Amino acid sequence: MMNAIAAPPAGAIVLDEVVPARAPWSSVVPAGHVLTIVDLGGNQAVDCLLYAADDTAERYSAPDTIAAQGSLFLTTGSVLLSCEGRPLMTVVADDVGRHDTIGGACSKESNTLRYGHHTRHQHACVENFLREGAKWGLGKRDLVSNINWYMNVPVEEDGTLGIVDGLSSPGLTLALRAEIDTLVLVSNCPQVNNPCNGFDPTPVRMIVTAA
Amino acid sequence: MSTSTAQGARDHARAQGGTVVEAMPTLPASAWPAPPEGVAAADLTWAEVVAGGNYTTKVVARGTAIRLTDLAGDACAHVVVFNADQPWERLNVADTVKVPWQAYLGAGHPLLSDQGRVLATIVADGSGHHDALCGTSSRARNEARYGDGAAQGPSPAGRELLLLGALKHGLGPRDVPPTLSFFQGVRVGDEGALRFVGSAGAGASVVLRAELPLVVVIANVPHPLDPRAAYTCTALEVLAWRGAPTASGDPLWSATPESERAFLNTADYATARGI
Repeated sequence: MMNAIAAPPAGAIVLDEVVPARAPWSSVVPAGHVLTIVDLGGNQAVDCLLYAADDTAERYSAPDTIAAQGSLFLTTGSVLLSCEGRPLMTVVADDVGRHDTIGGACSKESNTLRYGHHTRHQHACVENFLREGAKWGLGKRDLVSNINWYMNVPVEEDGTLGIVDGLSSPGLTLALRAEIDTLVLVSNCPQVNNPCNGFDPTPVRMIVTAA
Repeated sequence: MSTSTAQGARDHARAQGGTVVEAMPTLPASAWPAPPEGVAAADLTWAEVVAGGNYTTKVVARGTAIRLTDLAGDACAHVVVFNADQPWERLNVADTVKVPWQAYLGAGHPLLSDQGRVLATIVADGSGHHDALCGTSSRARNEARYGDGAAQGPSPAGRELLLLGALKHGLGPRDVPPTLSFFQGVRVGDEGALRFVGSAGAGASVVLRAELPLVVVIANVPHPLDPRAAYTCTALEVLAWRGAPTASGDPLWSATPESERAFLNTADYATARGI
């Protein structure tokens, strides 16, 4: 597994952790700090939710974010808005070019619809979100449409959409600057029934740097 | 009429009874003057006109048909539905577009919960101009767009109104998820660019079928991508009547493999729950 990245992020490193394949992760990123995510193995979906750290009832809103930017895909310059229209984080660097925020997180329940009831007991992102979120007092009601870093979900002219082969490759990074103190909740996606992880979930690296 | 005494105030209040305005509920619903074709007046359970910039909410039985009509061509119905038995189960717009492999809402589209079940089905669509991507307006957005976004101000935000609807069921800000909207369309162009396509004109209707007992909250406010400088939203008619949930044998049940499994999950829940 390559852990090296082409250019390490600027600023003092205050956190540097590898999230194992299929595992959850969370941290509060203080305002002004930058979270860099490294796709170590390539095409690894990183399901992500954001919350205002001082009041988690204010959380990331996919629809507010895409309505404000007038475009579906997240990339450099995308401002990640809360349900109250407030900037939580900004994408300040992106090696990939587009990331998804309409496809949501996989769940054991939705897996039964997409693939069949034989997948009911497979791993899923919602399990990670629930368990990791509980550490911060979050629960079922706090899960909303999330971001899928490194996931590719085009919408065709007739409205057909789907999770298709990813655009990322080993070592590609993206960087998010916190605009306010932001709780970042991640599921390193364990899905094996669609191409979001290249059918092989792999670790990702999280680096937080001070301004 | 003097209102300086309790009796005078009472007379003044009572004299207002019977006033008819465009935007109001009709009670009982069976008194609605124009039931849909094939629907007995006695089966009507909800009849209401909601003004632009306002909201409504109702708990409806499993099987209820809910018809929304854009009376004048500038309504936009922002909808969230909850399982009335356990409102932590609610509309999940991501699954609602991902599972059917379809971003655009239309007849036959299931509104899915986060539990792999169908909360409601779009059983008829005379508009085709809807949106499951952009959600509703926030107070901050309306303040920037129109100068105000408060629920009882001149240009209420959708989230403020949906939150009030949720609060009336004992729910709160954490319970209002991303929503979908009817009667103002959005299409996706090259590189994901969003294009507002407006309404299908006056008189368009959609009919939803409640597949479980639902808490329904509807805000009628401008679509967030509506480019007009003025806050523009006209009246929404809501009419509902008794019916039955989608059953095996209905073409909708087996329209797609994903739909069939979603209806199976829904029936499995209802059977175990005893409803």
